[in-house]
Amino acid sequence: MSYIYYPGCSAHAGGRAYDESIQAIAPKLGVELKELEDWNCCGATAYMNVNEVLSFSLTARNLALAEKENKPVCTACSACYTNLAKTNVYLHKFPELKAKVDTALAEANLTYNGNVETKHFLDVVVTAIGLDKVKSLVKKPLSGLKVAPYYGCQILRPLSGEKDPENPVMLEQLLEAIGATPTKFALKTWCCGGSLMGTNDAVALRLCRNLLMNAVEDGADVIAVTCPLCQTNLEAFQPRVNAMFGTSFKIPVLYFTQLMGMAFDMPDRSLGLARSIIPLTVRSKPNPEVRA
Amino acid sequence: MMLKDRKALFERDMDLEFMKEVHGIPGGDAIKRCIQCGTCSGTCPVSWAMDKSPRQIIAMVRAGMRDKVLTSNTIWTCASCYSCTVRCPQEIKITDVMYILKRLAMRAGQKKAKAAQVFSKTFTDLVRRYGRNQEAQLMTRYMLKTNPLGAIGFAGVGLNLFRTGRMPLGAKPIKDVQGLRRIIDRAQQLGGEG
Ligand code: SF4
Ligand code: SF4
Repeated sequence: MSYIYYPGCSAHAGGRAYDESIQAIAPKLGVELKELEDWNCCGATAYMNVNEVLSFSLTARNLALAEKENKPVCTACSACYTNLAKTNVYLHKFPELKAKVDTALAEANLTYNGNVETKHFLDVVVTAIGLDKVKSLVKKPLSGLKVAPYYGCQILRPLSGEKDPENPVMLEQLLEAIGATPTKFALKTWCCGGSLMGTNDAVALRLCRNLLMNAVEDGADVIAVTCPLCQTNLEAFQPRVNAMFGTSFKIPVLYFTQLMGMAFDMPDRSLGLARSIIPLTVRSKPNPEVRA
Repeated sequence: MMLKDRKALFERDMDLEFMKEVHGIPGGDAIKRCIQCGTCSGTCPVSWAMDKSPRQIIAMVRAGMRDKVLTSNTIWTCASCYSCTVRCPQEIKITDVMYILKRLAMRAGQKKAKAAQVFSKTFTDLVRRYGRNQEAQLMTRYMLKTNPLGAIGFAGVGLNLFRTGRMPLGAKPIKDVQGLRRIIDRAQQLGGEG
């Protein structure tokens, strides 16, 4: 299966381990990822604060470049994914907006006809590749490892269509396929406040605290995430959460792709595990059922 | 919304221009269909920190209460999580409404808009320059402009990211950065929102 890969800006910064682990596991899964040539920033949430047409035009440039390749686009960043998916839908639905975006794109001799399919990497793994394939690659099941399945918000919205934005189970199924035990994690689709960090810290840190608390109370050893912004928020800001709320959280936050690579018994280095600020020390535990 | 507020508002006080601006976004006229069910407020993960709930904001926009809406802290508390948007039974794009309100507040030079304005400006300047966002530069520049002391809280975070190779300092523009800049300039002009 072949995709155009849109890494997004954090793939070269805060989310490097995500990018590394994706590059490591993709060939095993039989997924060919070709990086989108000369891609630009999707605008995250900042551009919508400035100018709407501009925000859609930035994403449309990426879609226009991808359309030349005639393959679906895949990204692993939930914020990028939302922007790509949203732009597609809006350009289709609102001709007036599309006309403006077309005019802007023409400045760089680009056109976008609206024919690019957009996918999140989690969806590619679970839906396109399938869990049977994933299971067949597992060499070291993560037995006994309790993982909080964190979806966050933007991966499921605003246009997830066929998928269930209320109670998604994709990530849980994937975690089970690699031998781990997903925890209940009632807040699994709650926002981590990523876009507020920096401009409204008090609110963002409280959202993080709630999530960390929920994960720890469920007895999770690690939180699995699907977005580099969630990862940075939940992991790198843990010390600040602790300072603000007098808590002592120290729970690792790994990308689902890193956990997959661990179960496939791939070298730590290839999975960017050394980039964890809070490393995962327990990898697997004796299977309680076997012991009993 | 306080009943009092609404009663005090006469039709002649309604800011029709304000409503027009909000209706002008793609799908913006959907707010006419709001049934005030409160699903948005109930689902919002940060409504506890808002001085007006999302439902109240929609009602106030419809009542043309420009100043009250644009000075509310609600628009700066919205985390763009889209929960309200997926759940609204009337398919109102509340997240997009929050975005236009942010833009209007910035344009009106609202005090509360300052932090987000500096953040967005720093972000967009970087993208114009390189075509991509540079997290390290974004955070340092933003912090220096807004809150040099607050930067201390971020310093620890930054250090950890740097130590684990997650904060590269070098930056190179994309190949067709010129073309991208032309798109940006044109889009900005067409968007007409400054
Ligand atoms: S959920 Fe939709 S219809 Fe209900 S109050 Fe909010 S905006 Fe109005
Ligand atoms: S998008 Fe904004 S207003 Fe809507 S639920 Fe999320 S934080 Fe609340």
